[in-house]
Amino acid sequence: MDFMQFIGIIIPLTLTSAAPIISTSIGGLFSERSGVINIGLEGLMVIGAFTSATVTVLIEGSLQGASPWIGILAGIIASGLFSIIHAYVSINLRANQVISGTAINLLAGGLTIYLCEIIFKQQRTLAFLYGIKKEDIIGLSKIPVLGDFLFKGVHVTSYWVILIVCIAWYIIYKTPFGLRLRAVGEHPGAADSMGINVYRMRYIGVILSGMFAGLGGSIMVLTQDIQFTYSTIHGTGFIALAALIFGKWHPFGVLGAGIFFGFSEALGIVAYQIPFLSKLPQEFFLAFPYVLTIIALIAFAGKSVGPRSAGKPYEKGAR
Amino acid sequence: MLKLIFNEKNEKFIVPLLSVLLGFLAGAIIMIITEINPLEGYGALIKGVFGNPRKFGEWIVTSTPLILTGLAVAFGFRTGLFNIGAEGQFIVGAFTAVAVGVLIELPKVIHLPLALLAAALAGAFWGFIPGILKARYKVHEVVATIMLNYIGLHLINYCIKILPGSTSTKTGKIFPSADLSSHFLSSITGRSRLHWGIIVALIAAFLFWYIIERTTFGYELRSVGFNQDASKYAGMKVNKNIVYSMMISGAFAGLAGAMISIGTFDYARVIGSFENYGFDGIAVALLGNNSGLGIVVSGFLFGALKAGSNAMSLATVPKEIAQIIMASIVLFAAMNYGIKRFLLRLRKEVK
Repeated sequence: MDFMQFIGIIIPLTLTSAAPIISTSIGGLFSERSGVINIGLEGLMVIGAFTSATVTVLIEGSLQGASPWIGILAGIIASGLFSIIHAYVSINLRANQVISGTAINLLAGGLTIYLCEIIFKQQRTLAFLYGIKKEDIIGLSKIPVLGDFLFKGVHVTSYWVILIVCIAWYIIYKTPFGLRLRAVGEHPGAADSMGINVYRMRYIGVILSGMFAGLGGSIMVLTQDIQFTYSTIHGTGFIALAALIFGKWHPFGVLGAGIFFGFSEALGIVAYQIPFLSKLPQEFFLAFPYVLTIIALIAFAGKSVGPRSAGKPYEKGAR
Repeated sequence: MLKLIFNEKNEKFIVPLLSVLLGFLAGAIIMIITEINPLEGYGALIKGVFGNPRKFGEWIVTSTPLILTGLAVAFGFRTGLFNIGAEGQFIVGAFTAVAVGVLIELPKVIHLPLALLAAALAGAFWGFIPGILKARYKVHEVVATIMLNYIGLHLINYCIKILPGSTSTKTGKIFPSADLSSHFLSSITGRSRLHWGIIVALIAAFLFWYIIERTTFGYELRSVGFNQDASKYAGMKVNKNIVYSMMISGAFAGLAGAMISIGTFDYARVIGSFENYGFDGIAVALLGNNSGLGIVVSGFLFGALKAGSNAMSLATVPKEIAQIIMASIVLFAAMNYGIKRFLLRLRKEVK
């Protein structure tokens, strides 16, 4: 395989692998910026993936090509609703947010397979016919050279996600809402004294995280799989969490980290075709993002990066 | 009865009990929504645990690793650390025990303890990494252990494949001298897979209690858990205690891994994703109030749920209901602030 061929394969593959990571990570960013740690991203992705796969399977008989898009919408809504559990438990009941997130993961894993058994009488959904297909992006794929590599035979959802990153950046850094969200995550007491409703902002943060994780899970199952199984998401929610840390809780940092992790995943898929990489075991590529995150954590050591009040329940009048 | 519930001193028991009840209630509601009779479902669960001696044996087999991962998570909690990495430590321990069992042959009295010790040490090493990262670089242990879970999963999958005698999916069988299984225990429980591991788990629970409650070292660990700054002021070596605590926690989880790999089975296999023993440990620790005895009790409870869920699936209830109930129990146990507030209101109204 020559170099150009390699580039031609690896770029679309990277974009496909990175999209769910980035979307979910942006979700985590909204939640953690508002001061609620969300370990449950993985579970929220699972809910999104299950819902979108199920809806797609059930309606594709009558709606054909439109069904995966409706499936995605359903996935976003379902995960958004599911995340309310995490919001209520960690905001109103002031529970340990890490424990609540862990419970979300356990619950999502059990509930989705349970529902598969009820709906499809097996441990997975039926295979869907209409996943999200690779296509050429209209207009942009005509650009010479660049168009061939970046915009031909790609999943359009990857570009949605990049657009979402830009919008998220604008919202978080350029709007009053974003300022309030960050304030609540840094110093909820001060924000409260300025008349910001801390609970409401945190609810919005957590629900947004659910919706974006749902989008990530939906994209993942509809672009990379043919059905939903217990191993569809296989830790991508945790990679998203890693991307959030690696990207220093900043939307563009998250974008870079997501693409990098996506690249490492893609490299693992095509490595057997590349002479000097084919000697490395598959497991090396699978573990790579996690090793890198630990190294990054050491490199950030001592610098305060994350939102200061993330993980602390807000209690009115507490000192 | 009312006095028992409303006495504040009893909250330690009432909150976990309520969590369990609410968890089962949530499970029942989900069964009703999906048109399954919960009485039938729970009936099958009880039969699945006590139906015959073999099922009883399998119940103990299932509970054994849960008790140990519960101890692992609880040990961290007592020191103010959240060891979400029991999963990874479990995997590393499971493999190391098998590696010792496959690679060398020794008399049983040496070989078996050596395999168990190796599993504990491997788990301790996997706990040492986040411990030192926390102590030296202030890296949050939750994030570090999550990452180490996945690194452990993939690393061990690779190690399993390269171990002499392995196929691409599992290792060869261990020498019988490193095997925890017992003909005697198996024969008295209708040929279940019951092995000596339960003894190991109970000893571990006793050690847990002894270290935490009866040694100066345990006192220091608890003190660090309550208030780091005060402990430092009192002259305790906070950083050293964090590392030790993560290592002991990891050792329990590593032992739990050995319970599966050289107890229930006699080989280790490549796994595609986590088997949730470590995460279940969080549930066990929470429900058991992070105390040695409490963890043994809650380990057996969750073990019953897991073991009985297979019987439930025969009665047309998908066995994932067990995981749903467990998750609900964790959720309710985490809500203890809400439950306590509810009890307080109830108390006032009754008065």
